[in-house]
Parts: sequence; structure tokens; C-alpha cells
Amino acid sequence: MTVDQQDSASHVARHSSEPARPGFAPPRRKPRKQRGPRWLPGLVLVSPSLILIGVFVYGFLGWNVRVSFTNWRGLSPKYHFVGFDNYAALLRDERFRADVRNLIVFTVVFVAGAMLLGFFMAMLLDRGVRGEGFLRGVYLFPMAISFIATAIVWRWLLDNGEGQDTAGINKLLADVGLGFLRSDWHKSDSIWAISAVALPAGWALSGYVMALFLAGMRGVNETLRESARMDGASETQIFWHVVRPALRPVTFSALLIMVHISLKTFDLLYALDQGNLRIDTPSLYMWFTTFDGGFYDRGATIATVLLLGVAFVVGPYVWYSLRTERR
Amino acid sequence: MVRATAAVVPRQPTPPQRPGNLPTPPPSNPGDLPRWQRPGPLRTTMRYLILWALAAFFLMPVYVLIVTSFKNPADVSVTRIWELPTSLSFDNFGAVLPKLSSGFRNSLALSIPASLISALLGCANGFVLSKFRFPLSNVVFPLILFGIFVPYQAVIIPVSQTMTAVGLRGSGDATGGLLGLMLIHIIYGLPITTLIFRNHFVSMPDALLESARLDGAGVLRTWVDLAVPLSKPAFAVAVIWQFTSSWNDFMFGAMMTSRDSWPVTIALNNVAGGQSVPFGQAMAGALLVSLPTLAIYVLLGRFFMRGLLAGTLQEH
Amino acid sequence: MWKGRLAIVTILFVSLLAGLSMFTVRGASNDQLEVYSWWTGPGEEEGLAAMAKSFEGANPGVRFVNAAVSGGAGSNAKAILASRLLANDPPDSYQRHAGLELLDDVRSGKVQDLSDMYREQDWTKVFPKGLVNNLTIDGKIYAVPVNIHRANLIWYSPKALKELGLAGPPKTWAEFLQQADVIKAKGKTPLAVGPEWTQKHLMETVLLGELGADKYERLWSGGISWLSPDVTSALDVYTKVLATSDVKSAAGDWQPQLDKVFSGSAVYAVMGDWSSSYLEQSKKLAYKTDYDVAASPGTDGVYDFLSDSFTLPTGARRPDLARKWLIECGSTAGQNLFNPLKGSIPARTDADAALYHGYLEWALQQWRDPKMRIVGSLTHGVVANNAYNAEIDSALGLFVQHGDQGKFARTVEQQYRETQ
Repeated sequence: MTVDQQDSASHVARHSSEPARPGFAPPRRKPRKQRGPRWLPGLVLVSPSLILIGVFVYGFLGWNVRVSFTNWRGLSPKYHFVGFDNYAALLRDERFRADVRNLIVFTVVFVAGAMLLGFFMAMLLDRGVRGEGFLRGVYLFPMAISFIATAIVWRWLLDNGEGQDTAGINKLLADVGLGFLRSDWHKSDSIWAISAVALPAGWALSGYVMALFLAGMRGVNETLRESARMDGASETQIFWHVVRPALRPVTFSALLIMVHISLKTFDLLYALDQGNLRIDTPSLYMWFTTFDGGFYDRGATIATVLLLGVAFVVGPYVWYSLRTERR
Repeated sequence: MVRATAAVVPRQPTPPQRPGNLPTPPPSNPGDLPRWQRPGPLRTTMRYLILWALAAFFLMPVYVLIVTSFKNPADVSVTRIWELPTSLSFDNFGAVLPKLSSGFRNSLALSIPASLISALLGCANGFVLSKFRFPLSNVVFPLILFGIFVPYQAVIIPVSQTMTAVGLRGSGDATGGLLGLMLIHIIYGLPITTLIFRNHFVSMPDALLESARLDGAGVLRTWVDLAVPLSKPAFAVAVIWQFTSSWNDFMFGAMMTSRDSWPVTIALNNVAGGQSVPFGQAMAGALLVSLPTLAIYVLLGRFFMRGLLAGTLQEH
Repeated sequence: MWKGRLAIVTILFVSLLAGLSMFTVRGASNDQLEVYSWWTGPGEEEGLAAMAKSFEGANPGVRFVNAAVSGGAGSNAKAILASRLLANDPPDSYQRHAGLELLDDVRSGKVQDLSDMYREQDWTKVFPKGLVNNLTIDGKIYAVPVNIHRANLIWYSPKALKELGLAGPPKTWAEFLQQADVIKAKGKTPLAVGPEWTQKHLMETVLLGELGADKYERLWSGGISWLSPDVTSALDVYTKVLATSDVKSAAGDWQPQLDKVFSGSAVYAVMGDWSSSYLEQSKKLAYKTDYDVAASPGTDGVYDFLSDSFTLPTGARRPDLARKWLIECGSTAGQNLFNPLKGSIPARTDADAALYHGYLEWALQQWRDPKMRIVGSLTHGVVANNAYNAEIDSALGLFVQHGDQGKFARTVEQQYRETQ
């Protein structure tokens, strides 16, 4: 327990465990007359939050769903019901299909990359190194930076100038003799263009994966490792057979969180290179079709689909995490 | 990137413990292992090499940021990105600071109350949801939790419409939309702060509450007198997360405020958006804008870490 | 015992203290004119500031609030403006490109009819007919143009052309394609392109050059189908032109696109005339000697214009001040203040020509020439409404990736019908 907890505990203990002296009854307040069910005051205390969340999260999401069933285009809201037309149109929409493809590519590259890198870093740090605190700090600090600042720098790093206009990472590669690795990054003419964005994204989030895995690894009961060592297992074998299986829950949750972040990624792509259809994703399409084209119905449809995707990924995760909780 | 979601991690099932068998942390120094188990010098060197090479990768953008900010504006060019400044110049900072100063004031006025109040409310929620459960509270909690995962673009329009309708945005508002923006950050921060505090209080022994209850204290008094003082670490975590989140926000800030009340991220965006971006100023600005959150991160890093791992058991 | 209460009180107190400075923000007041634009770049910012100063001078006690938001080539500004208009909280005046970009605002009743003001100020006499035609929507006029930019221009370095043995910039796209072979043989890129909108910009100039002004206008007003033989062959030319360009590793923005021409890796770039202030001020190049510009191939005698214009929103807090602002925008004094700083020419034909030098002098001369045929730009919102333009963006982006010209034409044709 923390010091505070101990203080309060003793304070409470003092008041309620005073021995009764003969002839003297320790003053004791009568338990307050409970008006209504015991849990009511608690509910009252949280009700403002519940109402606000109810409106601002569920109410507004509901608005979104509602608009997705209308044909609202332009600056005057129209709530004329058109059934599932928008959803059908979205399935046929070429740009949306390309976007989904991009999103899948991005998710796979980004999540796999960040998970592997994070795991790798955690594994290297797990046994303890000098300067661990500093290294951990370096891997994690990108999470504190706003995406605008991130995009400003990465726009330069991923510059695709050629010849004497070479800049950014390409220039660094050229300077160290690895010029053949030069890439057009996210401006390249290929379906893999969006995987270049996994670089700034991974930069921002690999540290988080590392922290998760590190906590998970450190949470493995040391005596388990000890007994394995006693049995003559090498560190690698210990890692593979003792530590790794114990990381399954952490891996699962890290995976789900990363996938969900990937689905929602908007800020980074928007600030890095909006309008570039090769890195277009449903989030971006939603924004542009709503605000540039005035297609509020289509925008709301995409948002709802996105929401369903997120719910699909996150739902089992929330259920799982609440289930495995021991109280 | 949505930061709030990063804090959600399930509690890992504790391995069954036999009495007296507490989990010990691994030897922090490999030198503590018996000699025959220590990794060989080659492997150790390799490990350090890789770790520091990775550190270099992570710091690469910081290098660019710092180097470009201190360059003479005329020398700032993307093709000379890696070169050190020929002479240390504060011109970029001098040029960009006036553009950002009111933004800084606005962001502070916004983020400090938003994070404090958001943490306070989360504390109350977390406490009730863990100790004073009401019927259906295990339905309510996941519903609140889901609020962390909301894609914000989906709610931008109704939020701005509602805020205008209640006079917290636009012409009728004396704070230029900042008060409304603060409320937005508080409301959308409720799910994550609730989670942080709930996980904190879940580990608090019920016995403490029993005595308070016998004393005749109701929920409110128990919360104020008992829970709040005991939740200092969780408070630190929640405040840091909410501060960083509201400081770095762009979308809501852009929708709610206007020129005089812009948060600093919008001001930075105006420097870095538009035609012929003065990149020296943009980089200097990016550096300045990141300083508060970086400072918090450096000074209070362990609370940051705890925020990340809200819900995992061991703290290191 | 009191720790908890103290903590809570402290928290609330600190919040209050910090939050108090929110109230020192000068919120909206009644004595202000809030103008919403995307003019945040070099040149335009100064131009707007000059007009603002003049406005405040003429209206003492009134504060000019410049609510410009940059970023995303105007897309941030559009999103924020849209949310304000939807919330019925418009600024006192906001900026749009003159032309059909305003259609949605008109149809939703978000802007006021300014035909009266045009009559009072006699603007129909000083704005060229082509401009007024494009400003008229459903018989009325809703915006006041401040400046004019030209889109159908091709930029090059005279020295580079000489070195390559080329007589001059191509007069038709067929000639361009011939020159392209020569250029490619010498190892350079014939045409530099940039991000998606510049590729749309290129397409519009190719269509203009191949179809001619009349057919171009009929294409946008639905008189000609995208599937007609004329348009199909124009699109063929566009495909061939794109093939000679560096679209596979396109520049990140229009400035790097131009840079390629003047660093020697490319020979031509098609871009609007905001390029001239960039080349002169940022790159320090001199007109005629270091850089030169001509009408894009096939469009000599045609002025493909775009214009930044201001509106009078419905429900503005100070419509009286807004009207004064609009009058200043359309006045000779206002336009002469803004345009030289921005690097564009005034919409009025009676502005002081002596203020415009170099490229701008030539541009102004062309704009005022009564024989000049004025048409509107697609990329910059004159001849297509927002929905149509956005759909063209999607279709064009996919076309550039997959090269299916037929599908592109069919999609755009269908989208035209759906977005009217």
C-alpha cells in the first residue's frame, strides 16, 4: 500500500477499533438513515457524466447513423429517408474500395511493423541494460508530440526530390552510399505507397508497444524463470518457452489497440499529404467528401462503417479485458 | 494518432501464488546472474548497438527539428536538411514566437482546467463504478469505455452545431469558443479518466470503505474524504494524459475557435500550412509547441508510463 | 480528513484561475468585421492587411478581424466554414472562388444576392463580360471578385530551351508531344507535375487547348458529353501528355514542381500565374531573362481565369459593415491596394496599370484586351460546383493510377448528371 493508504487505514482503524472501556460507550454516530437504495447516491454522482457521454458520444453517433440513411447533400440539411442506398452506393464506389485496400495495406504494414519492432525493443531491454531509463524515454517520447509537429518533420524526411533535389531520408541514404534504396515513399506509384506512412506512424507508436510488452515480460513470475534456469535451460529457451506464452494476453490487446488506431488514423495522413489518392483511406475520404464535396450523406455512411469496423475490433477486446479481470 | 486509446490494457491474470512466493523482478543487472548464465560479451555488445541505433532512428526527427530551427532562415532548405547550421540563429524563433504567443496563452487556459476537471470527474466515476456499483453498472462501464474509441470526425458537425446552439461557440460567446472547447475535452476525456481511476480503485481494499460506511458516511463523503486523497498517483496519470491530449488536439480546436482564441496547434498549423511554408519558422514553432508536453513527459515520465499501462498489474 | 476537500477545492480554484484568461480573449463584439479567407501565404497576407487597414481607417471604431485559416490548400478553411454555416454562425464575409463554387451556398440560401450592389457601383461596366457571366448564378450575382489569376500558362526557362535547340514553347499540344521526344532523348523530363490538383489543372488546360473555348464551356454546362469524339480525343492527348511527365514521382507541391523546371531536371510546367510571384520573390528569378511564360499550348487568345471573391452571408452580424467591405473589395482603390502585394491583377479593367510590372503587366494587358476570350477554370471552382469537382477529383485520381480512360470519361459524365 502507498503511504497515503496506510495513513488512512490507520486513521480509520483508530476510530473504529477503540476498545470499549467499562461504563463508557465510545461515541458512535448512528448510521445515517438510508433513504432509498444504497446505490442511488453513487448513481447520482455519476449521472452528469453518463448524460454527457450519452449525448456527446451515443447521441451524436446516432445522428451520424441517421444521416447515413438520408440523401443530405449541400449546406442545407435534408433528412429525407433513402434506406440503404448510401451503403449500396458505397460498396460500388471505386474510391472507397481503393481506400479500403489502402487501409488494409497500411494496417498490415503498420501493425506488423510496430508490433515486431516494439516486441524486439522490449526483448532487448527486458534483461536490463545500462541507460534503460533513457532508452525507454527515447522510444516513448514521440507519443507526447502533436501530430502537426510530427507531420512537419516527416514531410521533410519523406521528401521525394530527385537528383540535386534529393532530400530527407533519401539524402541520408545517398550520403552513406545506400542511394539505391531511394524511394518516392508515399508519392510512389504503387499500392504500397501507403506503407511509407507506416514509418512516421511506427515512429510514434512502437514505443507504446514496447512499453506494453516490457510490462508483460517483467510481469512474468521470476521464480518460473528461476526454476527453468535450474533445469539448465538457456536464456533463449527460457524466453521461448516461459516468457513468450505468458505474453499472449498482452499481445492480443496490443494487436487490437494498434489495429483500431490504424483504422482511425486521420490526422497524420491529413497533415502529411492530403489529396494524394494513393494514401487515401476511408477516414480521409469521409472528411473530403463531406467538406469539399458537400456529400454529407456519404460522409456519414463512411463514418458509420468506420464505427462498425472499430466496434467489431474493439468489442471483443473490451469484453475480453473485463472478463479476465480478477476482482 | 489517437492517444487516449493507448491507455487501455487488460489486467493480466495474476499467476497463482503459493504463500511466501512473491514475484521478484528480474535482475536489473545481468551481472547479478551467475556467471554461466550471463549473456556473452558479443551478444551484449550487439544488444547495445542495436538499442542505440534504434534510439538514433527515434531521435532523427528531433535532430532535424532542432538543427533546422536554429539555422539562418536563408539556409533552411529541404535538400540541406542534414547539415548543421553554419551559425546559430534565433531568427526563426523570433519570427514564429509572436505568431504563437496568444496560442500558448489560449492553450494553457484551456488545457489546465480541462485536464484537472476531467480527472476530478473521472475520479468520481471510477470510484462509483468500482465500489458503489449500481444495477447495470457492468453494462454502463463498457458503454463509457467505448467512448474512447469514437472516431472524432464523425461527431464534428453535431458537436459544433450543439455548441453554437447553447451559445458556447461563435458570436454569442465571450470566450471565443474556449469554454466550449474545454467542455468538449472534458466530456471526451471522461471515458479514459474513468478507466484510469476505476482500475486504480479496484485494487483498493473494501475494508477501508467498510469503516467509513459504519461511520455513517455516504458515497459523496466517502469519495471526498477517503477516495480522493488516496488517488494521487492516478490523478497524476489522468492529468498528464488529458493535458497532453487537449494540448495536441487540432480538429475540435479548429472547429470551435477563431483567430483571437486559437489554441497553439491551430496557430502552428497556420504557420506550416498555406503556400511557401517558411520551414525554419515551422520547425521552430513545432519545437516550441512540443515543449510543454515534452517537459511533462521528461519530468513526470513514470506517470506517463503508468497512463499507458493503466490496468496492468505490476508497476516498474 | 480535510485532505480530500482541500484537494478538490484546490483543483477547482486552479482551474478557475487558469481558465480566467479565457475571458480576456476578445470574443466577438459588435464593432467588428469578421472576414474569413484562406489568404495566409506571403503576399496575400500583406495584401489583405493593407485592405484591412484602409477599411479600419474609413470606419473608425471598427475592428477588422482576419479569420484566415490555412492548411490543406484551403480544405481546412472549407471544413471550418462549412461547420459554421451549418451552425448558422457565419462570419461577416467569407471568401469563395468566383463561379459555381458558390452554387451550394446560393442554393442553401447562405449568401445574399448582390445584384443591387452591382448596379449601384456600376460594376457590370468595369468587369469584363466573361467574368460577369461566370459570376452569375441563376440570373443573380452573389460575389465580388478582388483579383484575377490566369490558369492556362506554361512556364519555362529561355536558356534551357536554347540549349535544347527548341525554338520556343509549343503552340499546340501536338507540337509539345514532338518537343517531348527531343527532350526525352536528351535525358530530361518534358513536363513536371505536382500533386493531384495540379494534374487536374493540367487536364483542364489540355481540354481547353484541344477543344477550344466554346466547346470547353459547353462541356462544363452539359452541352457536350464526355463520351463524345472531341472529348475522347482530347483525353487521348492528355493521356499522352501525362506519359511524358514525371507523374510517377510527382513533386509534393506546386512550388517543388516549378523548381524542377528551373533546376534543370524538367523543361516545362503548366501552372497558374501565382507562380510568377513565387519565382520572383522566393527564387529571385527575373521575368523574361531567367523565366518566361506563354499561354498553354492551343490557348493563345483565351484567358482561363479564376478569382478570389467575397460574399455577403445571410445572418451576418453586421451586414452594413459587410457591404462596406464588399464595396471596398470591388473598388479601384481596394483592388490597387491588394493586387500588387499579392501578385495578381485586379478584376476591374480600369485599375491603374502603372502599378503592375513584369509578368503582371502582360497579364493585365491580356485581361483588358476586348478580343480576349475569357473562360473559367475547372480546378479553381469557376465552371464546376463543389460536388462535381470533388467527384472529378476521385475519378481523376483513379484514372491516373489505373489508366482506364474510358471509365474515367463515363464516371465523370455520370457524375455531372448526378451533381446538378
